[in-house]
Amino acid sequence: MKTRGLIDIAELTTQEIDELMLVASDIVENPERYAEKCKGKKLATLFYEASTRTRLSFESAMLDLGGNVIGFSDAQSSSVSKGESVSDTARTVACFADIIAMRHPKEGAPLVAQMSVNIPVINAGDGGHNHPTQTLTDLFTIKRELGHVDHLVIGCCGDLKFGRTVHSLVTAMSRYPGVRFVFISPDELRIPEHIRAEVLDAKGISYVETTSLDDVMPELDILYMTRVQRERFFNEADYLRLRDSYILTQEKLKPAKEDMRVLHPLPRVNEISIAVDSDPRAAYFRQVKNGKFIRMALILKLLSENA
Amino acid sequence: MIIGSIHDGIVIDHIPAGRAMELYSYLKLGELDCEVAIIKNAVSGKRGKKDIIKIGAPIDLNYDILGFIDPHITVNIIREGKRDRKFHPTLPETIIGLVKCKNPRCITSCEQELPHVFCLTDRENSIYRCRYCETKAEKHTL
Ligand SMILES: [Zn+2]
Repeated sequence: MKTRGLIDIAELTTQEIDELMLVASDIVENPERYAEKCKGKKLATLFYEASTRTRLSFESAMLDLGGNVIGFSDAQSSSVSKGESVSDTARTVACFADIIAMRHPKEGAPLVAQMSVNIPVINAGDGGHNHPTQTLTDLFTIKRELGHVDHLVIGCCGDLKFGRTVHSLVTAMSRYPGVRFVFISPDELRIPEHIRAEVLDAKGISYVETTSLDDVMPELDILYMTRVQRERFFNEADYLRLRDSYILTQEKLKPAKEDMRVLHPLPRVNEISIAVDSDPRAAYFRQVKNGKFIRMALILKLLSENA
Repeated sequence: MIIGSIHDGIVIDHIPAGRAMELYSYLKLGELDCEVAIIKNAVSGKRGKKDIIKIGAPIDLNYDILGFIDPHITVNIIREGKRDRKFHPTLPETIIGLVKCKNPRCITSCEQELPHVFCLTDRENSIYRCRYCETKAEKHTL
Protein backbone atom coordinates (compact mmCIF):
# COMPACT_ATOMS: atom_id res chain seq x y z
CA MET A 1 0.00 0.00 0.00
CA LYS A 2 1.13 3.50 -0.79
CA THR A 3 2.21 5.47 2.23
CA ARG A 4 -0.11 8.31 2.97
CA GLY A 5 1.09 11.65 4.21
CA LEU A 6 -0.64 14.98 3.77
CA ILE A 7 0.44 17.05 0.80
CA ASP A 8 -2.81 18.79 -0.08
CA ILE A 9 -5.84 19.16 2.16
CA ALA A 10 -7.98 17.91 -0.73
CA GLU A 11 -6.60 14.44 0.10
CA LEU A 12 -8.69 14.44 3.27
CA THR A 13 -12.39 13.69 3.23
CA THR A 14 -14.66 16.02 5.17
CA GLN A 15 -15.25 13.17 7.60
CA GLU A 16 -11.51 12.83 8.16
CA ILE A 17 -11.18 16.55 8.79
CA ASP A 18 -14.02 16.36 11.29
CA GLU A 19 -12.36 13.38 13.00
CA LEU A 20 -9.05 15.23 13.22
CA MET A 21 -10.84 18.14 14.86
CA LEU A 22 -12.51 15.78 17.33
CA VAL A 23 -9.19 14.21 18.29
CA ALA A 24 -7.57 17.64 18.59
CA SER A 25 -10.39 18.75 20.90
CA ASP A 26 -9.87 15.68 23.01
CA ILE A 27 -6.15 16.46 23.20
CA VAL A 28 -7.00 19.95 24.44
CA GLU A 29 -9.23 18.47 27.16
CA ASN A 30 -7.06 15.49 28.09
CA PRO A 31 -3.44 16.19 27.17
CA GLU A 32 -2.11 13.57 29.62
CA ARG A 33 -3.78 10.79 27.66
CA TYR A 34 -1.65 11.67 24.68
CA ALA A 35 1.63 12.40 26.44
CA GLU A 36 3.23 9.08 25.52
CA LYS A 37 1.40 8.17 22.32
CA CYS A 38 4.47 8.69 20.16
CA LYS A 39 7.10 7.44 22.56
CA GLY A 40 10.09 6.17 20.61
CA LYS A 41 8.97 7.87 17.41
CA LYS A 42 10.87 10.59 15.58
CA LEU A 43 9.59 13.51 13.57
CA ALA A 44 12.05 15.03 11.09
CA THR A 45 11.40 18.70 10.34
CA LEU A 46 13.06 19.43 6.99
CA PHE A 47 12.77 23.17 6.57
CA TYR A 48 14.44 24.37 3.37
CA GLU A 49 13.36 27.88 4.23
CA ALA A 50 12.99 29.40 7.64
CA SER A 51 9.53 29.39 9.14
CA THR A 52 10.14 29.37 12.84
CA ARG A 53 6.49 29.45 13.81
CA THR A 54 5.47 26.45 11.76
CA ARG A 55 8.55 24.45 12.69
CA LEU A 56 8.13 25.08 16.41
CA SER A 57 4.49 24.12 16.15
CA PHE A 58 5.35 20.77 14.54
CA GLU A 59 8.18 20.12 16.98
CA SER A 60 6.07 20.99 20.03
CA ALA A 61 3.31 18.77 18.72
CA MET A 62 5.67 15.80 18.50
CA LEU A 63 7.25 16.52 21.89
CA ASP A 64 3.83 16.75 23.53
CA LEU A 65 3.06 13.32 22.10
CA GLY A 66 6.17 11.95 23.81
CA GLY A 67 8.15 11.68 20.58
CA ASN A 68 11.46 13.13 19.48
CA VAL A 69 12.49 15.60 16.84
CA ILE A 70 15.38 15.84 14.39
CA GLY A 71 15.89 18.06 11.36
CA PHE A 72 17.20 21.30 9.95
CA SER A 73 15.74 24.78 9.92
CA ASP A 74 17.15 26.26 6.74
CA ALA A 75 18.78 24.89 3.64
CA GLN A 76 22.14 26.59 4.27
CA SER A 77 22.97 24.51 7.29
CA SER A 78 22.44 21.14 5.66
CA SER A 79 23.71 18.86 2.92
CA VAL A 80 21.01 20.43 0.81
CA SER A 81 23.33 23.37 0.25
CA LYS A 82 25.66 20.94 -1.50
CA GLY A 83 22.93 20.36 -4.05
CA GLU A 84 21.42 17.10 -2.83
CA SER A 85 18.03 16.34 -4.37
CA VAL A 86 14.86 16.43 -2.29
CA SER A 87 14.38 12.78 -3.04
CA ASP A 88 17.84 11.77 -1.77
CA THR A 89 17.50 13.89 1.37
CA ALA A 90 14.10 12.36 2.09
CA ARG A 91 15.39 8.83 1.58
CA THR A 92 18.29 9.44 3.93
CA VAL A 93 16.07 10.97 6.59
CA ALA A 94 13.57 8.12 6.27
CA CYS A 95 16.32 5.81 7.58
CA PHE A 96 16.16 7.66 10.90
CA ALA A 97 12.69 9.15 11.24
CA ASP A 98 9.12 7.85 11.34
CA ILE A 99 7.45 10.90 9.84
CA ILE A 100 8.59 14.02 7.99
CA ALA A 101 7.30 17.59 8.01
CA MET A 102 8.76 19.46 5.04
CA ARG A 103 8.80 23.13 4.16
CA HIS A 104 10.28 24.08 0.80
CA PRO A 105 10.27 27.23 -1.33
CA LYS A 106 9.52 25.20 -4.48
CA GLU A 107 6.02 23.98 -5.23
CA GLY A 108 5.65 20.22 -5.20
CA ALA A 109 8.83 19.44 -3.23
CA PRO A 110 6.97 17.63 -0.40
CA LEU A 111 5.17 15.49 -2.99
CA VAL A 112 8.54 14.53 -4.48
CA ALA A 113 9.64 13.56 -0.97
CA GLN A 114 6.48 11.51 -0.38
CA MET A 115 6.99 9.68 -3.67
CA SER A 116 10.51 8.70 -2.58
CA VAL A 117 9.89 7.28 0.89
CA ASN A 118 7.48 5.00 2.69
CA ILE A 119 7.03 7.07 5.81
CA PRO A 120 4.37 9.80 5.84
CA VAL A 121 5.37 13.28 4.65
CA ILE A 122 3.43 16.32 5.82
CA ASN A 123 3.60 19.39 3.63
CA ALA A 124 4.50 22.27 5.95
CA GLY A 125 4.24 24.79 3.12
CA ASP A 126 5.57 24.53 -0.43
CA GLY A 127 6.09 28.02 -1.82
CA GLY A 128 2.80 29.71 -2.50
CA HIS A 129 1.13 26.40 -3.20
CA ASN A 130 -0.23 24.27 -0.31
CA HIS A 131 -0.02 24.51 3.44
CA PRO A 132 -2.62 22.02 4.64
CA THR A 133 -1.87 22.21 8.37
CA GLN A 134 -2.46 25.99 8.28
CA THR A 135 -5.89 25.34 6.80
CA LEU A 136 -6.61 22.62 9.38
CA THR A 137 -5.55 25.10 12.07
CA ASP A 138 -7.95 27.69 10.70
CA LEU A 139 -10.85 25.23 10.53
CA PHE A 140 -10.15 23.91 14.00
CA THR A 141 -9.98 27.45 15.39
CA ILE A 142 -13.36 28.33 13.89
CA LYS A 143 -14.76 25.11 15.33
CA ARG A 144 -13.28 25.80 18.80
CA GLU A 145 -14.36 29.42 18.86
CA LEU A 146 -17.88 29.14 17.44
CA GLY A 147 -18.73 25.47 17.95
CA HIS A 148 -19.35 24.73 14.27
CA VAL A 149 -17.90 25.36 10.83
CA ASP A 150 -21.12 25.42 8.80
CA HIS A 151 -23.67 28.22 8.28
CA LEU A 152 -21.21 31.05 8.76
CA VAL A 153 -20.39 34.32 7.07
CA ILE A 154 -16.64 34.37 6.55
CA GLY A 155 -14.97 37.69 5.80
CA CYS A 156 -11.53 37.56 4.23
CA CYS A 157 -9.61 40.81 4.28
CA GLY A 158 -6.34 42.07 2.82
CA ASP A 159 -4.29 40.37 0.14
CA LEU A 160 -6.76 37.98 -1.40
CA LYS A 161 -4.86 37.71 -4.66
CA PHE A 162 -1.61 36.16 -3.47
CA GLY A 163 -2.71 34.99 -0.03
CA ARG A 164 -2.70 31.22 -0.35
CA THR A 165 -4.06 30.78 3.18
CA VAL A 166 -7.25 32.50 2.05
CA HIS A 167 -7.53 30.40 -1.11
CA SER A 168 -7.11 27.20 0.89
CA LEU A 169 -9.51 28.34 3.59
CA VAL A 170 -12.17 29.25 1.03
CA THR A 171 -11.74 25.91 -0.72
CA ALA A 172 -11.90 23.97 2.55
CA MET A 173 -14.83 25.93 4.01
CA SER A 174 -16.79 25.48 0.81
CA ARG A 175 -17.22 21.81 1.81
CA TYR A 176 -19.57 22.85 4.59
CA PRO A 177 -23.22 23.82 4.08
CA GLY A 178 -24.53 27.34 4.46
CA VAL A 179 -21.17 29.10 4.29
CA ARG A 180 -21.05 32.54 2.64
CA PHE A 181 -18.01 34.65 1.91
CA VAL A 182 -17.32 38.35 1.99
CA PHE A 183 -14.09 39.36 0.26
CA ILE A 184 -12.66 42.67 1.40
CA SER A 185 -9.67 43.95 -0.55
CA PRO A 186 -8.38 46.74 -2.75
CA ASP A 187 -9.06 46.17 -6.45
CA GLU A 188 -5.42 45.23 -7.05
CA LEU A 189 -5.61 42.34 -4.58
CA ARG A 190 -9.00 40.79 -5.37
CA ILE A 191 -9.61 37.08 -5.02
CA PRO A 192 -8.40 35.42 -8.25
CA GLU A 193 -10.75 34.41 -11.02
CA HIS A 194 -9.90 30.70 -10.70
CA ILE A 195 -11.08 30.62 -7.07
CA ARG A 196 -14.29 32.35 -8.05
CA ALA A 197 -14.91 30.11 -11.05
CA GLU A 198 -13.60 26.74 -9.91
CA VAL A 199 -14.58 26.85 -6.24
CA LEU A 200 -17.32 29.37 -5.54
CA ASP A 201 -19.33 29.44 -8.77
CA ALA A 202 -18.77 25.72 -9.36
CA LYS A 203 -20.35 24.93 -5.99
CA GLY A 204 -22.98 27.66 -6.16
CA ILE A 205 -21.62 29.39 -3.06
CA SER A 206 -22.70 32.98 -2.56
CA TYR A 207 -20.11 35.66 -2.00
CA VAL A 208 -19.71 39.39 -2.26
CA GLU A 209 -16.65 41.48 -3.01
CA THR A 210 -16.19 44.86 -1.46
CA THR A 211 -13.48 47.42 -0.80
CA SER A 212 -15.01 48.55 2.49
CA LEU A 213 -14.40 46.68 5.70
CA ASP A 214 -16.70 49.03 7.63
CA ASP A 215 -19.74 48.27 5.48
CA VAL A 216 -19.66 44.54 6.08
CA MET A 217 -18.30 44.30 9.62
CA PRO A 218 -21.72 43.82 11.32
CA GLU A 219 -22.62 40.71 9.28
CA LEU A 220 -19.41 38.74 9.77
CA ASP A 221 -19.03 35.64 11.95
CA ILE A 222 -15.34 35.31 11.14
CA LEU A 223 -12.93 37.98 9.97
CA TYR A 224 -9.83 36.40 8.47
CA MET A 225 -7.11 39.04 8.19
CA THR A 226 -4.07 38.52 5.97
CA ARG A 227 -0.70 40.08 5.57
CA VAL A 228 0.18 42.10 2.50
CA GLN A 229 3.64 40.82 1.64
CA ARG A 230 6.35 43.14 0.41
CA GLU A 231 7.84 40.52 -1.91
CA ARG A 232 4.65 40.48 -3.99
CA PHE A 233 5.23 44.02 -5.18
CA PHE A 234 7.70 45.49 -7.61
CA ASN A 235 7.13 48.94 -6.32
CA GLU A 236 7.64 50.03 -2.72
CA ALA A 237 5.03 52.82 -2.96
CA ASP A 238 2.32 50.36 -4.06
CA TYR A 239 3.27 48.01 -1.26
CA LEU A 240 3.05 50.68 1.42
CA ARG A 241 -0.23 52.07 0.11
CA LEU A 242 -1.90 48.66 -0.07
CA ARG A 243 -0.39 47.46 3.18
CA ASP A 244 -2.00 50.33 5.00
CA SER A 245 -5.39 50.18 3.29
CA TYR A 246 -6.93 47.64 5.63
CA ILE A 247 -5.82 47.92 9.19
CA LEU A 248 -8.07 46.51 11.88
CA THR A 249 -8.44 48.81 14.85
CA GLN A 250 -10.64 48.82 17.96
CA GLU A 251 -12.69 51.53 16.31
CA LYS A 252 -13.35 49.42 13.21
CA LEU A 253 -14.20 46.41 15.34
CA LYS A 254 -16.96 48.25 17.24
CA PRO A 255 -19.93 47.36 14.98
CA ALA A 256 -18.90 43.68 14.82
CA LYS A 257 -21.02 40.98 16.46
CA GLU A 258 -20.20 40.08 20.05
CA ASP A 259 -19.23 36.57 19.08
CA MET A 260 -17.44 37.44 15.87
CA ARG A 261 -13.87 36.14 15.77
CA VAL A 262 -10.76 37.62 14.19
CA LEU A 263 -8.25 35.13 12.75
CA HIS A 264 -4.85 35.77 11.24
CA PRO A 265 -2.26 33.23 10.05
CA LEU A 266 0.52 35.36 11.63
CA PRO A 267 3.03 36.84 11.62
CA ARG A 268 1.29 40.18 11.27
CA VAL A 269 2.97 43.33 10.11
CA ASN A 270 0.61 46.15 11.00
CA GLU A 271 -2.73 44.96 9.67
CA ILE A 272 -4.13 44.40 13.16
CA SER A 273 -3.46 47.09 15.71
CA ILE A 274 -1.98 45.77 18.94
CA ALA A 275 -4.87 47.29 20.89
CA VAL A 276 -7.17 44.70 19.31
CA ASP A 277 -5.21 41.84 20.94
CA SER A 278 -7.01 42.25 24.26
CA ASP A 279 -10.46 42.12 22.67
CA PRO A 280 -12.06 38.72 23.33
CA ARG A 281 -12.89 38.53 19.65
CA ALA A 282 -9.20 38.41 18.76
CA ALA A 283 -8.56 34.70 18.30
CA TYR A 284 -5.21 34.71 16.51
CA PHE A 285 -3.02 33.73 19.41
CA ARG A 286 -5.43 30.96 20.38
CA GLN A 287 -5.20 30.00 16.70
CA VAL A 288 -1.45 29.42 17.14
CA LYS A 289 -2.15 27.11 20.06
CA ASN A 290 -4.79 25.26 18.08
CA GLY A 291 -2.22 24.72 15.36
CA LYS A 292 -0.18 22.56 17.70
CA PHE A 293 -3.20 20.48 18.74
CA ILE A 294 -4.40 19.82 15.22
CA ARG A 295 -0.84 18.88 14.19
CA MET A 296 -0.75 16.43 17.11
CA ALA A 297 -3.98 14.86 15.84
CA LEU A 298 -2.56 14.69 12.32
CA ILE A 299 0.75 13.11 13.38
CA LEU A 300 -1.19 10.51 15.38
CA LYS A 301 -3.47 9.73 12.48
CA LEU A 302 -0.69 9.37 9.93
CA LEU A 303 1.54 7.29 12.21
CA SER A 304 -1.28 4.92 13.13
CA GLU A 305 -2.43 4.57 9.50
CA ASN A 306 1.05 3.72 8.34
CA ALA A 307 2.02 1.58 11.32
CA MET B 1 3.48 12.15 -53.98
CA ILE B 2 1.91 9.17 -52.34
CA ILE B 3 -1.16 11.13 -51.37
CA GLY B 4 -4.30 9.17 -51.91
CA SER B 5 -2.35 6.10 -52.82
CA ILE B 6 -1.70 4.53 -49.45
CA HIS B 7 -2.42 0.83 -49.50
CA ASP B 8 -1.63 -0.06 -45.91
CA GLY B 9 -0.84 2.73 -43.51
CA ILE B 10 -2.01 5.63 -41.40
CA VAL B 11 -3.41 9.05 -42.17
CA ILE B 12 -3.31 11.55 -39.32
CA ASP B 13 -5.76 14.22 -40.34
CA HIS B 14 -7.07 17.53 -38.99
CA ILE B 15 -3.78 18.46 -37.39
CA PRO B 16 -3.85 22.17 -36.52
CA ALA B 17 -2.10 24.03 -39.35
CA GLY B 18 1.63 24.37 -38.77
CA ARG B 19 1.91 21.59 -36.18
CA ALA B 20 2.72 18.63 -38.39
CA MET B 21 6.50 18.91 -38.03
CA GLU B 22 6.17 18.89 -34.27
CA LEU B 23 4.20 15.66 -34.43
CA TYR B 24 6.65 14.29 -36.97
CA SER B 25 9.47 14.64 -34.53
CA TYR B 26 7.46 13.54 -31.51
CA LEU B 27 6.27 10.38 -33.25
CA LYS B 28 9.86 9.83 -34.47
CA LEU B 29 8.68 9.47 -38.04
CA GLY B 30 12.15 10.45 -39.19
CA GLU B 31 13.36 7.04 -38.06
CA LEU B 32 10.96 5.15 -40.32
CA ASP B 33 12.12 3.81 -43.65
CA CYS B 34 8.62 3.71 -45.16
CA GLU B 35 7.10 6.59 -47.09
CA VAL B 36 5.99 9.56 -44.99
CA ALA B 37 4.28 12.62 -46.43
CA ILE B 38 3.56 15.85 -44.65
CA ILE B 39 0.95 18.10 -46.16
CA LYS B 40 0.93 21.59 -44.78
CA ASN B 41 -1.90 24.09 -44.97
CA ALA B 42 -4.37 21.81 -46.69
CA VAL B 43 -7.76 23.41 -47.10
CA SER B 44 -10.21 22.05 -44.57
CA GLY B 45 -13.91 22.68 -44.95
CA LYS B 46 -14.99 23.73 -41.53
CA ARG B 47 -11.75 24.66 -39.82
CA GLY B 48 -9.81 26.66 -42.35
CA LYS B 49 -6.33 25.18 -42.87
CA LYS B 50 -4.99 21.95 -41.51
CA ASP B 51 -1.94 19.73 -41.72
CA ILE B 52 -1.99 16.05 -42.63
CA ILE B 53 0.59 13.31 -42.12
CA LYS B 54 0.47 10.16 -44.24
CA ILE B 55 2.51 7.11 -43.34
CA GLY B 56 2.89 4.35 -45.90
CA ALA B 57 3.14 1.40 -43.51
CA PRO B 58 0.84 -0.14 -40.88
CA ILE B 59 3.11 0.63 -37.93
CA ASP B 60 2.25 0.90 -34.24
CA LEU B 61 2.20 4.42 -32.96
CA ASN B 62 1.63 5.94 -29.56
CA TYR B 63 -1.21 8.35 -30.19
CA ASP B 64 -1.41 9.64 -26.61
CA ILE B 65 0.01 13.05 -27.27
CA LEU B 66 -2.26 13.73 -30.24
CA GLY B 67 -5.30 14.20 -28.06
CA PHE B 68 -3.39 16.60 -25.90
CA ILE B 69 -2.40 18.72 -28.89
CA ASP B 70 -5.92 18.83 -30.26
CA PRO B 71 -8.81 16.43 -29.65
CA HIS B 72 -10.07 17.15 -33.18
CA ILE B 73 -7.15 15.30 -34.74
CA THR B 74 -8.32 12.11 -36.46
CA VAL B 75 -6.37 8.95 -37.06
CA ASN B 76 -7.35 6.86 -40.09
CA ILE B 77 -6.03 3.34 -40.42
CA ILE B 78 -5.84 2.32 -44.07
CA ARG B 79 -5.96 -1.36 -45.01
CA GLU B 80 -5.82 -2.64 -48.54
CA GLY B 81 -6.55 0.79 -49.92
CA LYS B 82 -9.63 1.35 -47.80
CA ARG B 83 -10.23 3.09 -44.53
CA ASP B 84 -10.43 0.35 -41.95
CA ARG B 85 -10.82 2.46 -38.83
CA LYS B 86 -11.10 6.14 -37.92
CA PHE B 87 -10.82 7.53 -34.40
CA HIS B 88 -10.01 10.54 -32.31
CA PRO B 89 -7.06 9.87 -30.05
CA THR B 90 -8.20 9.57 -26.45
CA LEU B 91 -6.76 11.74 -23.72
CA PRO B 92 -4.12 9.92 -21.70
CA GLU B 93 -4.41 10.07 -17.91
CA THR B 94 -0.80 11.21 -17.61
CA ILE B 95 1.75 12.69 -19.96
CA ILE B 96 5.25 11.90 -18.82
CA GLY B 97 8.37 13.71 -20.01
CA LEU B 98 6.82 15.39 -23.05
CA VAL B 99 5.35 18.59 -21.70
CA LYS B 100 7.54 20.87 -19.62
CA CYS B 101 6.19 22.70 -16.60
CA LYS B 102 6.78 26.42 -17.15
CA ASN B 103 6.21 27.52 -13.56
CA PRO B 104 9.52 28.94 -12.28
CA ARG B 105 8.44 28.16 -8.71
CA CYS B 106 7.89 24.47 -9.49
CA ILE B 107 10.28 21.91 -8.01
CA THR B 108 10.92 20.66 -11.57
CA SER B 109 12.57 24.02 -12.30
CA CYS B 110 15.46 23.28 -9.96
CA GLU B 111 15.71 19.49 -9.98
CA GLN B 112 16.78 18.49 -13.47
CA GLU B 113 16.38 14.76 -12.85
CA LEU B 114 12.68 14.92 -12.07
CA PRO B 115 10.43 13.80 -14.90
CA HIS B 116 7.85 16.40 -15.91
CA VAL B 117 4.50 14.75 -15.33
CA PHE B 118 1.12 16.16 -16.26
CA CYS B 119 -2.15 14.62 -15.10
CA LEU B 120 -5.55 14.92 -16.72
CA THR B 121 -7.66 16.80 -14.18
CA ASP B 122 -10.62 17.79 -16.34
CA ARG B 123 -11.46 15.43 -19.20
CA GLU B 124 -14.33 17.53 -20.49
CA ASN B 125 -12.13 20.55 -21.06
CA SER B 126 -8.98 18.43 -21.61
CA ILE B 127 -7.06 20.23 -18.90
CA TYR B 128 -3.76 18.84 -17.72
CA ARG B 129 -1.97 20.02 -14.61
CA CYS B 130 1.58 19.55 -13.40
CA ARG B 131 1.65 16.77 -10.84
CA TYR B 132 3.87 18.84 -8.55
CA CYS B 133 2.60 22.41 -8.68
CA GLU B 134 -0.78 22.01 -10.42
CA THR B 135 0.06 24.60 -13.06
CA LYS B 136 -2.05 24.10 -16.17
CA ALA B 137 -0.25 22.73 -19.20
CA GLU B 138 -0.18 25.24 -21.99
CA LYS B 139 -1.87 23.81 -25.00
CA HIS B 140 -0.05 23.70 -28.30
CA THR B 141 3.39 23.30 -26.84
CA LEU B 142 5.32 20.15 -26.28
ZN1 LIG C 1 5.05 22.27 -12.08
